[in-house]
Amino acid sequence: MSELRKLLALIRKDLLAEFRTKEMISSMLMFALIVVVIFNFTFDPGSRATAEAGPGILWVAFTFAGVLGLHRAMVHEVERGCLHGLMLAPVERGIIFLGKAVGNAIFIFLIELPTFLLFSIFFNLDFWKGIDKLAVIFFLGTIGFAAVGTLLSAISVNTRTREIMLPILLFPIEVPVIISAVNATAGALAGKNWSEISGWLKLLAGFDLIFLMVCFVTFEYVLEE
Amino acid sequence: MSASPTPAIEVKNLVKAFGTFYALRDISLQIAPGESVAIFGPNGAGKTTFLRILSAISRPTSGEIFIHAQRLHEATALIHRQLGVIGHQSFLYDDLTAEENLLFYARLYDVLSPSPRIQEVLAEVGLRERAKDRVRAFSRGMQQRLAIARAMLHNPSLLFLDEPYTGLDQHAASMLTSWLSRLRSERRTILLVTHDLDQGLALADRVVIFLRGKIAWEKTARELDQQTLRQLYFDSVAGAERRFGATA
Repeated sequence: MSELRKLLALIRKDLLAEFRTKEMISSMLMFALIVVVIFNFTFDPGSRATAEAGPGILWVAFTFAGVLGLHRAMVHEVERGCLHGLMLAPVERGIIFLGKAVGNAIFIFLIELPTFLLFSIFFNLDFWKGIDKLAVIFFLGTIGFAAVGTLLSAISVNTRTREIMLPILLFPIEVPVIISAVNATAGALAGKNWSEISGWLKLLAGFDLIFLMVCFVTFEYVLEE
Repeated sequence: MSASPTPAIEVKNLVKAFGTFYALRDISLQIAPGESVAIFGPNGAGKTTFLRILSAISRPTSGEIFIHAQRLHEATALIHRQLGVIGHQSFLYDDLTAEENLLFYARLYDVLSPSPRIQEVLAEVGLRERAKDRVRAFSRGMQQRLAIARAMLHNPSLLFLDEPYTGLDQHAASMLTSWLSRLRSERRTILLVTHDLDQGLALADRVVIFLRGKIAWEKTARELDQQTLRQLYFDSVAGAERRFGATA
C-alpha cells in the first residue's frame, strides 16, 4: 500500500509539473501534427498508397514525438539532481521506473488523440470507425514504447550526446512493438474485426509484459553508477 | 566492562574504480553514533565519490559498508529512511512550489501528518511565507534552505553534506552553520565534505583528509586549531603534488 502511494506521488508530481508549464506536451503535439501535415501533402487522400502507409505515418508521428517527451522528462529529473533525490528516498527503484513510465505513457496518450483526429481529417477517414480497437492498440503500443523509452532515457541522459543517443538505442529495441502496432492499426482502419487483429494484439501485449518486467528489474542497475 | 557501541557508519577496505582510474583506494573508516566528521581534500580526492557510495547512489568496486550494523546494499530502503542528504544540487523540482516539493518528498518518506511537519520545517528555514511560490523563483540561498528543509523532513539520524556552503550568501551560510550546530548538539551523526577548512573544523569532532582516493590522515578536532589544520592540510596536498603531479 505504501509503495502504491509512492507510485501515485511520483505520477502526480510529473503531471502537476507538466500541466503547469505544458512545455513537453506542446512540443510533442506540435511535432506529431507537423509529421501528419507533411505526409498529407505527400499522399493522395483516399488512395491505396495512403491506406497502406497511413498506419505507419501515424506511428512515426507517435514514436518520434514520444522520443521528445521521454528525453525531456528525464532531463527534468537530472537538472537539479532530482533523480539522486529519488534514489536517496526509501523507494524501490522499480517503483521509480513505473512512476516515470506511467507519466510518460500518459503524455504520449494525450498527444495521440488530437494527432489521430487530424490524421483522420486529412486522410478522409471516419474517426469513429474501429475507435474501440484503435484505443486498445494505442494503449498497448504506448505502454511498450514508454516502458523501454523510460529505461533507455535514464541511460542516454548521462551521455554527452543524449539527444541523439536515445532514438539510436530505442528504435531497434522497439521494432517488434512498432511492427505489431502498425499492423494492428492497419487492420483496425481497414475495418477488420477483433479476431482478425488478435494475433498482433497478443504480440503487443506479450512484448509489453516482457519489456515492463525487464525494465522494472534492470532500472536499479541503470541508475546506480 | 561495557562493549563499544556499534558504529553508525563502518567502511571496510572500500575501493571504487572507473575503468583503470581508482577514485577510492582501500578506504576504511568508522564513525560513532552522534559523531560529526569533516572530510577535506583537494578536487578529485574522492570525497564526493565516497559520499555517493555511502548514500547507495553509486556501487563500490569492492569493500563493505555497514550503516547502523546493516549492510548498505542489503537494507538500502531502511537506511535511506534514516538518512538526510544535502548536496551540490537541491533535488528540488523547479515547477513545483516549495510546499508541493516537500509534500512529494514527505510521501516518499512516509512522513506521518505531512502538512504540519512541512509547515514546521518551512518555518525553521524561514520560508513559510514563500510556501506557495515555485522553486524556479527562488534564489540559490533560498533553494539551499529549502533543500535543508527537504533533508530534515523525515527527521533523519544520519546526515551527509556535500559542500553545503557552495553558492550561499552570508545570511544563508550563517543559517546553515547554526542549523548544523544544533544538529550536532542533538547528537546526530554528521558526515560533512567541504573545502572550507575553518567551517569544517568548527563543526566536526574529527577531521579526515582525503588525497588521491586514500585517507592521508585523520585527527580529532581537539588536537587541531585552525592554524595547525591549515598547515597540515597544505603540507599534505603539496607533498602529494610533489610525488604524483598537480592532480593530487
